[in-house]
Amino acid sequence: MTVLAVPATGRTTATEAEAAAARIRHHVVDMCAGGEGGHLGGSMSCVDILSVLYFDVLRVDPDQPHDPGRDIFMLSKGHAAIALYATLAERGFLDPAELAGYGRRGSRLLGHPTRAVPGVELPTGSLGHGLALGLGLALSARLREAGRRFGPRRRTYVLLGDGELQEGSCWESVMAAASTRADHLVAVVDRNGLQLGSPTERICPMEPLGERFRSFGWDVREVDGHDHDELRAVLGTAPWTAGQPGVVIARTVKGNGVPAAENRIGAHYTTLSARVAARAHRDLSLRKAS
Amino acid sequence: MTAPVAAPVATRHAYRDWLIARMRNDPRVICLDSDTGLFTGADFGTAADRYLDLGIAEQNLFGVAAGLAHDGWLPYVNTMAAFAASRAAEAVKIDIAYNRLPVRIAATHGGLAAGHLGPTHHALEDLAVMRAMPSMTVLVPGDAADAVALLDQAHDYDGPVYLRLGRKPTPDLPPAPPPRIGVPQVRRDGTEVCLLACGPLPTLRVLAAAEALAATEGVNARVVQVHTLKPLDDAAIAGVVRGCTAVVTVEEHWREGGLGSAVAELLASQPGPRLVRMGVGDMYVSAVGSQEELLDALGITAAGIARAARSALRPGLDSPLFATF
Repeated sequence: MTVLAVPATGRTTATEAEAAAARIRHHVVDMCAGGEGGHLGGSMSCVDILSVLYFDVLRVDPDQPHDPGRDIFMLSKGHAAIALYATLAERGFLDPAELAGYGRRGSRLLGHPTRAVPGVELPTGSLGHGLALGLGLALSARLREAGRRFGPRRRTYVLLGDGELQEGSCWESVMAAASTRADHLVAVVDRNGLQLGSPTERICPMEPLGERFRSFGWDVREVDGHDHDELRAVLGTAPWTAGQPGVVIARTVKGNGVPAAENRIGAHYTTLSARVAARAHRDLSLRKAS
Repeated sequence: MTAPVAAPVATRHAYRDWLIARMRNDPRVICLDSDTGLFTGADFGTAADRYLDLGIAEQNLFGVAAGLAHDGWLPYVNTMAAFAASRAAEAVKIDIAYNRLPVRIAATHGGLAAGHLGPTHHALEDLAVMRAMPSMTVLVPGDAADAVALLDQAHDYDGPVYLRLGRKPTPDLPPAPPPRIGVPQVRRDGTEVCLLACGPLPTLRVLAAAEALAATEGVNARVVQVHTLKPLDDAAIAGVVRGCTAVVTVEEHWREGGLGSAVAELLASQPGPRLVRMGVGDMYVSAVGSQEELLDALGITAAGIARAARSALRPGLDSPLFATF
C-alpha cells in the first residue's frame, strides 16, 4: 500500500483511516437509533470518502480549526451530517461522547451541519450550495497567494450527492469553476445511485456523469468509493491538471455496511429500533473481522 | 456667465466610481460581477485581479461571495435587484445572511427603474425579501451623494448590506446633512401630516406634494426620507411622526413588505396617527413607460400624494386611487 498524501501532521496512516471508518459506521448507527433518527443511507455511503479525506488527505488541525493555511472540506450534501460529526469526533474536533446528544434538545449537532460545530466551515443542507461556497474558498486562496507564497496552496474539497446534481445551481458552479480555472477545487460525487424516493436514473438520468463533467472542462476520475487505496490515490494527488478543477466520481453503495439498509430506498432517512441497531452493530463487527 | 450645473449621476454609476476607488486603497475588497456591464472598460489599476465576472449565474455568484467573505474578503456583488432578491434569494439567505457575512449586495434597477423592460426586470419585492432576513442591513439612497455617503458608512459594517440602486440618472435631492444609517432624514419640517418616502423619485414627489399642500390649502406637511429600511426601530419612527395626526408612506415597491409595512409594524404597537400606505398595488406593472411614467400611471405623483395626505387628515374623503394595467 502506498501512501501518496503527506498530511500536515504526518501522524496518520492508512490503517488509521480504515479503523476510523469502522468506528464512524458504528457512531452513525447509534445516531440513527436516537429519537429523531437520521439520514442513514447517504451517511453510510460517504463514510470511506470522509475517512480518507480526514485521515490521509486534508491538512487540518483540530486544535486550530481556523488556521488560514488549512485545506477546506465542504459537505454540500449536508444531510450526511451525522457521518461528518462522527468523522470530526474521530479526528479530534469533537468529543465522541457529544455524538450521543445528536438531535436532542440543547445539542449543537443538528440534522444539518452548522458553524457551531468545530470543523464545520459553513452550514449546508439545502442542496446545490456547497460547490459555490467551495469555489469562493478556492478563489480566495489563489487571490491571497498573488504576489507571495506561504507553502503549498490550500485545496478545497466539496462532497456532493448524486441526486444533488439535479439542482441547477450546481452546474452554475461547475461552469464557473472551469472558467476561473480553479484547479485546487476538487468535487467528490457520492454516486450511490439512489435519492430519497427513487433511483437517480429513474427520476433524472445522470449518466454518463463523467462525460458530463469532462465536457464542462473538468478533470474527471472515477473510483470505487469504498476502496481506501483508490480514494487516497486520487484525493491525495489533487490537483491533477493545471488550470482544471477536478471531480472524483466515487461509486458507492447507499447504506454501505448495514446489509438491511444497503441499496434500500427506505433507508434514506430512518429511525432504527434497538433490535435493528443491535443487528447493524453486529453486522459491522463481523465485516470488520472478515 | 454662470458655471454649468453638473448633470445628475445615476446611483449605480456613483456606486461604480466609489467602488473602483475603494478597491485601489482597500486590499480586502473584491468586486464580483454577473455580466451587468456596469464595469465595462473600468480601470481597476493594481486591483484588477480583484474584479471577477462570474457570468449570468446569480446563485453561484452569491455562494462564491460567501466563500470569499468567510475567508476574510469584503465582496461587493453586482446584479440587478430582481435577481438578487428573487432568483438568488436562497443563496443570500443561507450562504450570506445566516452566516452574517460582510457581503455588500449592489442591486441596480431597483423598483421600476427598468421602466419599459417590464415586470421581469422590475424589483418591487426586493425590500420585503431583504428586510425579512435577519442580520441584513437594507439601504435605499435617494441620489448619488446619498449613495456615496451610505457606502462610506456601510463599508465596515458588521454583516451583509443590501443597497438598492437605480438605472438612469434621477434628479439630485435638495441639499441636506449627510445621511446616517438607521436615522430617517427629515427633509421638510411640518406639524400635521408626516410624509415618509423611500427612494429617489418618491422622495422628490413627496417634497413636491408637501409644497402643493402648503400652497393650496395651508397644510403643513413634514417630509422624511427613509433611506434605511433596516434597521428601522420604534424610536426612530416614533420620533419623526410625533405630533402628526396622519402618516403617509410612499415607495416604489409593492405596498406589502416595504416601507409602508415597516412603518405599520412599528405604529401598530403604539397609539398614534392614522397611516396611509402608497406604493404599487397588488399587480405586475406590465406596460410600456419610463420609470417616471409608470409612477405617474400608478398614482404615485405629487398630486396623488397630496390627495392621500388630505384623506389621511380627514377620514371620509376618498382614499387614494391606483391605476391598473
